[in-house]
Amino acid sequence: MARHQRPNTEGGEEFEDEINPVNNHQAILHQQFSDLEQQREASAAGIWVFLGSEVMFFGALILAFGVYRFNYAHAFVEGAGELNVVLGSVNTAILFSSGLTMSLAAATNKMGSRLWTLIFLLATVGLGVLFLAIKGVEYHEDWSKGLFPGEAFRWTGSDSPHVQLFFLLYFIMTGLHAVHLLVGIGLMLVVLWLAWRGWIHDQHFMPLEVAGVYWHFVDLIWIFLFVLLYLLGGKI
Amino acid sequence: MPPVLQTVTVAPQQGGPSYLREHSLRSWLLTTDHKRVGLLYLFTIILFFAIAAVAAAIMRLNLLTPRGDLVQADTYNKLFTLHGVLMVWFFLIPSIPNVLGNFLLPLMLGARDLAFPKLNLLSWYIFILGGAIALYALLVGGVDTGWTFYTPYSSTYSNAHVALMAAGVFISGFSSILTGLNFIVTTHKLRAPGMTWFRLRLFVWSMYATSLILVLATPVLAMTLTLMALERIWHVGVFDPALGGDPLLFQHLFWFYSHPAVYIMILPGMGVVSELICAFSKKRVFGYTFVAFASLAIALLGFLVWGHHMFVSSQSVFAGMIFSFLSFLVAVPSAIKVFNWTATLYRGSISLDTPMLYAIGFIGLFTAGGMTGLFLATLGVDVHVHDTYFVIAHFHYIMVGGMVMALMGGLHFWWPKISGRMYPEFLGKMTAIVTFLGFNLTFFPQFILGYLGMPRRYHAYPEQFQVYNVLSTAGASILGIGYLLPLCYFIWSCRYGKRVGDNPWGVKGFEWETSSPPPTENFAEPPIQTEEVYNYPPPSSEPVI
Repeated sequence: MARHQRPNTEGGEEFEDEINPVNNHQAILHQQFSDLEQQREASAAGIWVFLGSEVMFFGALILAFGVYRFNYAHAFVEGAGELNVVLGSVNTAILFSSGLTMSLAAATNKMGSRLWTLIFLLATVGLGVLFLAIKGVEYHEDWSKGLFPGEAFRWTGSDSPHVQLFFLLYFIMTGLHAVHLLVGIGLMLVVLWLAWRGWIHDQHFMPLEVAGVYWHFVDLIWIFLFVLLYLLGGKI
Repeated sequence: MPPVLQTVTVAPQQGGPSYLREHSLRSWLLTTDHKRVGLLYLFTIILFFAIAAVAAAIMRLNLLTPRGDLVQADTYNKLFTLHGVLMVWFFLIPSIPNVLGNFLLPLMLGARDLAFPKLNLLSWYIFILGGAIALYALLVGGVDTGWTFYTPYSSTYSNAHVALMAAGVFISGFSSILTGLNFIVTTHKLRAPGMTWFRLRLFVWSMYATSLILVLATPVLAMTLTLMALERIWHVGVFDPALGGDPLLFQHLFWFYSHPAVYIMILPGMGVVSELICAFSKKRVFGYTFVAFASLAIALLGFLVWGHHMFVSSQSVFAGMIFSFLSFLVAVPSAIKVFNWTATLYRGSISLDTPMLYAIGFIGLFTAGGMTGLFLATLGVDVHVHDTYFVIAHFHYIMVGGMVMALMGGLHFWWPKISGRMYPEFLGKMTAIVTFLGFNLTFFPQFILGYLGMPRRYHAYPEQFQVYNVLSTAGASILGIGYLLPLCYFIWSCRYGKRVGDNPWGVKGFEWETSSPPPTENFAEPPIQTEEVYNYPPPSSEPVI
C-alpha cells in the first residue's frame, strides 16, 4: 500500500500545502528504522500479520458454528428464524457504508483535503456507533423474547438445548464482533483527533491506513456473520 | 570483511554506553530496549520455572512409594496441572523466543531494535498479568484438570478454579501473539543491507517459523478456552454432551493449537543448536538451505498432525490413519536437521566448551525423543502406550532434553554478550554433564514404566513399578542440581566473572561485532553483511568432501 506515494520527508524540498497550512507536521522517524519508507512498510506489515491472527481467532469460532450447524441443522434454522433479518440487513448496509466512508477518508487524505478527511472520518465513526445502537436494540429484543442462553432462556419449540447452542454462538459471534467494532471506533477517534490537529496529512498517513485496514477487516467479519446467522432462517 | 578466522579483538567500547548502564527500577520497567525486555522475560520465566519445578519435585517424592504417602490424590491432580500449565505457557513457550529471541533477533539482523519496541514491552506486561492470574488461581485452590483442560470435566464437573486459570492462559496468549508479530515484521523489514534471506542466521529462521505458529495457532487456543469458560459460567452446552455439545470438538480445537505449540517449544531450541554447532566446529552448517527450510516445514506440518493426540478418542479410523501418516512426515525435516548437524561436525575444528556440550546433549536427547514420537504416531502402538508414562518420557525428552538443554546452551554461549562477563568454564562443563546424566536417569525409566503399563496422572501405583519410580526420583534430584548450579554461577559471574572482549568465541555474526554488552542502539555503525553467513574458512587445504 502507498507504494506510489513518494515520501518527501528528508527535508530536501520545501513541503507546501496551500489548502491546509497546518499540515506541516513531519512524521516522527522512530529510532529502530532507517527511513520513513521502512517505517511505513513495517506498520503495514504489522497490521496484516495481526489480521492473520484475527482470522484464526474468528476462524475457530466459525468452525465450531459450522460443525454444530451441520449436526443440528434443524434446530439452527429454527433459532435463526427468530433473528430480526430486517435490522440485520439495515446494519449490514450501515457497515458497508462505513467501509466506503473509511476508504473515502483515506483517499481524500492522500489528495490533501483535510476537511473532507475529517468529514469522512466523522461519518465512519457515526456509522459505527449507529451499527452498535441498532445491535443494542436487537439484543434487547432477543433478551425480552427469552433468547439469551442460560437461566433466562425460554424456548417452547423442539430441541431446546441445540437452539440454545445456536443462540450462545450467535451472542458470542456478534458480541466479539461488537467488541472489535468498539476498538475500531476508538481507533477512529484517535485518528480523527490526529487529523484534526493536522498530524495526519498526505505525507503522513500510516495511522489512518492502519486503522482503515482494521476497520475493513471488522466489516468483512460481519459479512460472514450476517450470512451465517441471519440468512439461515429462510424468513425472507 | 575478509573471510579470516579469529578476529578476536578486544575493541574499545564502541558506540554509546552499555544497555545495562542505567540501574534504576524505572529504567527497567519502562524500557523499550529489546535486550532489556529479553532480560525481564528471563527473570520472570525463572520464577515460573522454579514454582513448576517445586511441583514436580513434590510429585516425584510422592511417587517414591507405591501408595503415594506424601500427598492426597486431589492434591496430586492439582500439582500436575500446575506443573503442566506453568511449564508450558509460562516457561517453555516464552523461554527461548522471548529471552534469547528478544535479545538476539535484532542483533543478528543488524537492526537497532525490533520493529515495535513498545509492543514488545507491552507483551511482557500482558505476560505478567496472565501469570499473576494463573498464580492467583493457584493460591486460591488450584486447578485439577490437567494442562489440557479436557471437557466436560473442566467445563462442568471440576470444582476447581478452571475459569480463572483459563483466563490467565488466555491473556498470556496475547503476549505470544504480539511477540510473534514483532519478530515476523522485524525479520521482513529490518534486515541490514546485504542481509538477504539466505544469509539469515539459522536462529533467525527458526524464530521466524516459531513466530508463524505463535501468530496463527495461539488465537485458536484463545477461542477454545473462551468457549470452555463460557460453558462453565453460563451452564450451556458447547462441549458438554449432556447439554448438547460435542466434547471431541474441544479436543480438535485444543490440539489444533497445542500440537503446533509443541513445535513452539522445540523449533527455537533447534535454532540455538544450529548456532552452537556452527560456532564450535568453526564451520558453515552442512546444507544451510535444507536446515532453514526444515524449520518452515516443521511449522507447516505441525498444523496438520493434531489428530495423533486423539487416536483413542473415537476419532474415525481413517482420520487416525491420515494423522498417523502426516505425523510420520514431521520426522523428515526433523531428521534433516539432526543429520545436517552431525555432518557439520565432520572435519570441523570442534571445541568442547560448555555450550557445545549442551548442544551435543541436545542432539542425542532430541533424537531419542523424536524416535519415540514415531512409536506414538503409530496407531497400534499408541493404543498400547497412550496415556502412560511412555508419553511423559517422550515429550520430556523433547521439551526438557531438547528445549531446556538448548536454552542452557544458548544462555552459556551468549552470556558474555549479555553480561560482558564469562561464566566459570569448568563448573559449566560439569553442570552440562550432570544435567545430561540426571535427565536420563529421570526420564529413561519412565519409558520402561510406560511400556509396562503405568498410566500417567496417578498418585499411587502397583508395587512392581517402584524400582523405576525410585530411579526416576533419584535422577530428578540430580537434575535439580544441574539447574541450581547455573543460577548460582551466573549471578556470581555478573560481579566476579572475567570481563570479555567483543567476540570471546571467535565466531561469525553481527552480535559478535558490537561490544559486550552492546550499547543501547546495538551498533556504533549500522552493520552491512558483505559475505555469506557462517563464512568460516575450510578446515584444511584439502578439498572438503
